[in-house]
Amino acid sequence: MLEIRNLNARVEGADILRNLSLTIKPGEVHAIMGPNGSGKSTLGNVLTGRPGYEVTSGEVLFNGQDLLALEIEERSREGLFLAFQYPVEIPGVTNMEFLKASVDARRKHLGLPDLSSFDFMKLARETSKKVSLDAAFLKRGVNEGFSGGEKKRNEIMQMMLLEPSLCILDETDSGLDIDALQVVASGVNAMRDDKRSFIIVTHYQRLLDYIVPDHVHVLAGGRIVKSGGKELAHELEAKGYSWLEDEVA
Amino acid sequence: MIALQAGGPHVTEQVEGLIRKEYSAGFHTSIESDTLRPGLDEDVIRFISAKKEEPEWMLEWRLKAFRAWQEMEEPTWAHVHYPAIDFQALSYYSAPKSMADKPKSLAEVDPELLEMYAKLGIPLHEQEALAGVAVDAVIDSVSVVTTYRAKLEEAGVIFCPISEAVHRFPELVKKYLGTVVPQKDNFYAALNSAVFSDGSFVYIPKGTRCPMELSTYFRINEMNTGQFERTLIIADEGSYVSYLEGCTAPMRDENQLHAAVVELVALDDAQIKYSTVQNWYPGDREGKGGIYNFVTKRGICHRNARISWTQVETGSAITWKYPSCILKGDNSVGEFYSVALTNNFQQADTGTKMIHIGKNTRSTIVAKGISAGRSQSAYRGLVRINAGAEGARNYTQCDSLLIGDRCGAHTFPYIESRNSTAQIEHEATTSKVSDDQLFLCQQRGLDAEKAVSMIVNGFCREVFKELPMEFAVEAGKLLEVSLEGSVG
Repeated sequence: MLEIRNLNARVEGADILRNLSLTIKPGEVHAIMGPNGSGKSTLGNVLTGRPGYEVTSGEVLFNGQDLLALEIEERSREGLFLAFQYPVEIPGVTNMEFLKASVDARRKHLGLPDLSSFDFMKLARETSKKVSLDAAFLKRGVNEGFSGGEKKRNEIMQMMLLEPSLCILDETDSGLDIDALQVVASGVNAMRDDKRSFIIVTHYQRLLDYIVPDHVHVLAGGRIVKSGGKELAHELEAKGYSWLEDEVA
Repeated sequence: MIALQAGGPHVTEQVEGLIRKEYSAGFHTSIESDTLRPGLDEDVIRFISAKKEEPEWMLEWRLKAFRAWQEMEEPTWAHVHYPAIDFQALSYYSAPKSMADKPKSLAEVDPELLEMYAKLGIPLHEQEALAGVAVDAVIDSVSVVTTYRAKLEEAGVIFCPISEAVHRFPELVKKYLGTVVPQKDNFYAALNSAVFSDGSFVYIPKGTRCPMELSTYFRINEMNTGQFERTLIIADEGSYVSYLEGCTAPMRDENQLHAAVVELVALDDAQIKYSTVQNWYPGDREGKGGIYNFVTKRGICHRNARISWTQVETGSAITWKYPSCILKGDNSVGEFYSVALTNNFQQADTGTKMIHIGKNTRSTIVAKGISAGRSQSAYRGLVRINAGAEGARNYTQCDSLLIGDRCGAHTFPYIESRNSTAQIEHEATTSKVSDDQLFLCQQRGLDAEKAVSMIVNGFCREVFKELPMEFAVEAGKLLEVSLEGSVG
């Protein structure tokens, strides 16, 4: 599914990712943990091609394709999804319009016809229920005046509609109360199957009580310093990150 | 392209046409035309008047305007820059030759003309005009044909070329022409008053709701011609009319001049809704060619009357335009909703004037300016509350959106209040299409151009919702085309 080999990347002249390698197989859920500034969010941004994130060396294969050679929107259409840590507002553009355009772009790429407005409306309403958003939100501007929790649920809704093959959740749990956290988790869990993979970037182990990962990696200083099973998350929760940083140093 | 369409089944085709990179209305139709030698003097005005077999009073009216114009100076206060216009190098009259004998019905219209309108997407044939839009098409300077006349006349509505109104309804024309925009109002209005060749005339009788939307399409076809149309709309007491205007011109290397005058008269309790989608040729990417658009639009509201101006301005090399309302009658309402988009080297100085004279008069201004490329966009607005305008209220919202870092947005609001009971609010914002917004859209599979046009459309939403439905869709598409190449 995803193969990252010796990836080095910099942001504003500073090296953030150093020789990072990671392999993700279909159906796997990988959690990436680590202290602030370890490069967790950079990974998601580099993979999705965010401007300002420069890959200096290394390669990334996504379903056998050279991911880094693709445009931002092509990566999306190929099935790569990023749930943002800080979703932005787009005033005046309704969620409905935005979601339909996204879904149509993905469907077109897959050789499927556009959904009729009627069918899309139905699908969008059903999906909004799953993330506990009132259907009225479809008529509002994208993230316009949304609370933090609503924005995150909207991200999960977009993920459900686009049916990506690899989902990256960038600290989706930050700033969420327990109810919203459960909505996000159940959304992810409902989408888990033997083909779809997830990268869950998080600072806390809390989310991983609800989304149980297959693998946990600890990122520090731009590289993976420790990998393990779900129990590693608990260990981190108990001990914090500093013992790992000491180990690396 | 442009909102030239009555709506319905052509939309998909139209949208496909929109995706083309070039200015899609930029074709030139080779129709034999009757064009006057360049230059402007009293003889030219007599010629124009004679061509139209005008009565003496009309000629005198024009000559009075011309004499005033000769004494006037071209205004330079607008935030636009262009080389001096040689008014003697222009031709002031051009008519398609086959118009010499005016067609009495659609069947008599030159097929080439009809084909041109088909290219523009204008449903001239009545059976194709699904949404019930009655169309008056003005090519170069002459009104070609007016559809739906019979149905309108049944309702007592007059909708005809102004040249015809001069003959058929001289009393109405004499009574109202130049009462809202006097001949000497400004340099371009004076020029227009002297040489106007055609335009639309509308009269809605007392208590009548016009049974369909009225629509005019303007197109400049000939080289080196100026276009000076004149529109006069009179809504008698308690009547209502919605009027749409669309504009295109072929691509030309040289600049062409367009100086129109629109006068609206809303008598007691009447309502006029005037919508414009302006897509004159804006010039190429290097700023070569394009229309100079110097337009005077003004309406007067009598007691309890309402005038709404809605405009979507995407074309022209230079736009100089301030659709205004004189709120003379008590409780009258003026509205101005505007989207002005400039790209490449376009310059726009546009806005409105709301003159509050009557008591409890209200006005609303929502102006959205979008600048991309190296363009410059200015909002210029005047809100004046006269001493007698007890309880007058104005709300102004003026938003600018910048795309890229080489363009400019400017705001020149003027507020003059002579009555202490007035309430005036002014809000202004400037924002940029953010990289984060773009990235969000692209991460969801939209390409950059689609993303920008979506963001810009969102920005314009408040104005678009004032447009008739099918025009709102077209206006959105028009923005998309106008923004092509503005990102990446």
